[in-house]
Amino acid sequence: MSTETVAIIDYGSGNLHSAAKAFERAARESGCDARICLTADPDVVAKADRVVLPGVGAYADCRRGLDAVPGMIEAMTQAAHGAGRPFLGICVGMQLLASRGLEYAITPGLGWIPGDVGPIQPADPALKVPHMGWNTLRPARDHALLAGIPTGEDGLHAYFVHSYALIPENPDDVVARAYYGGPVTALVARGNIAGTQFHPEKSQRLGLALIANFLHWRP
Amino acid sequence: MLKTRIIPCLDVKDGRVVKGVRFEGLRDAGDPVEAAKVYDAAGADELCFLDITASREARGTLLDIVSRTAEACFMPLTVGGGVRTVEDVRALLLAGADKVAINTAAVKDPDLVARAAEKFGAQCIVVAIDAKRVSPPGTPAAWEIFTHGGRDPTGIDAVAFARLVAEKGAGELLVTSMDKDGTRSGYDLALTRAISDAVTVPVIASGGVGGLDDLVAGVAQGGASAVLAASIFHFGQATIAEAKAHMAAAGLAMRLDSPASSARTPL
Repeated sequence: MSTETVAIIDYGSGNLHSAAKAFERAARESGCDARICLTADPDVVAKADRVVLPGVGAYADCRRGLDAVPGMIEAMTQAAHGAGRPFLGICVGMQLLASRGLEYAITPGLGWIPGDVGPIQPADPALKVPHMGWNTLRPARDHALLAGIPTGEDGLHAYFVHSYALIPENPDDVVARAYYGGPVTALVARGNIAGTQFHPEKSQRLGLALIANFLHWRP
Repeated sequence: MLKTRIIPCLDVKDGRVVKGVRFEGLRDAGDPVEAAKVYDAAGADELCFLDITASREARGTLLDIVSRTAEACFMPLTVGGGVRTVEDVRALLLAGADKVAINTAAVKDPDLVARAAEKFGAQCIVVAIDAKRVSPPGTPAAWEIFTHGGRDPTGIDAVAFARLVAEKGAGELLVTSMDKDGTRSGYDLALTRAISDAVTVPVIASGGVGGLDDLVAGVAQGGASAVLAASIFHFGQATIAEAKAHMAAAGLAMRLDSPASSARTPL
């Protein structure tokens, strides 16, 4: 098997070295021959074998950052929809897969996983927002990205930090939820496109296992 | 279910951990990155660096530490100390901090919190509130914000300030009792509770931990979402695992995942 290129899109959204190191470590530990590439070059993204869209910050600001790189959205679209490459959005990168975000202003997303990104409103008013910290996952269906990862109340934990969450129009797009005064979408997937609300690069064991699963994913 | 977080805090000055960290086998007790790796392997839920370097020129040293920590540790990192502008916040986030704590600058200009939250999202903006009790015994409790390590009074009511910065967009409040800090006599639970009840964002209890029961009380009585401690962890009085086990035994929901992804430890 030849070396695969994994493009992590760098569009000024911060903290990508940590993500790159996590992908490198997951590749090494899972015996995956992958070249992890932090890039702002649309050509690299369009030709990559796998694409990761991270995102930290406010929705509109991330969208602006993505738009500010000429040709990047076209390159992402080519990789994900033209070539059918495995595509992973992380945190706001996952939220950008939605139709639109409602944080501060209504901002269009990519519309790849139709739905809105709206504020978390726990039923119990004593629950704090942001949903911040370590929570367990409850799978809605089987998925390769969760293979071998202990889930449920006694399972491993994922690190969340967000005030807004994606609610897909089609519930079948939800792979796993966290519970925080009600369901919170944690992992979505449609075909070769997936996204995590939590931060796998900050989620220690669960995170490295999920990244390894992504690197081996053949959707 | 969301778990209560335990956050070891390292005070960093000129690139070195203040007073050092006493772990068996640690090559360099003063290296913040080495200490961070140990806490990552030990299962800490987050890590906090507070930079107490006086000079502005040494900022690059802090950014380097943050960057090396983020590359070595797959756990969330909050960094505070000397953050004055939106650009300071951006530099720390780009270096690899997950959250940035603003202290004095938020007291001087609460709108800085709003500008930073709008730019980077509320989830990564922490406001660090240092407060002292100013009410005489026998009167209703009141706390005042102090800056510069507890030296300078501001005349600002701590609970009202907490409400204000939460409205401005702070995603979390790090509440330190300057009366309790360093005393090892437990958190100021009334302060923690008063602020936790006043805001909808998570509160981190800080200042005064002397034993594991203090961590339990910070959550059970103080209403904190996370507990921060320094010396009990740095000087080996308790491990993160012991603290978690103690808190779980007291009925708190804790993350008890075995921490490292492999058998390899950073030592």
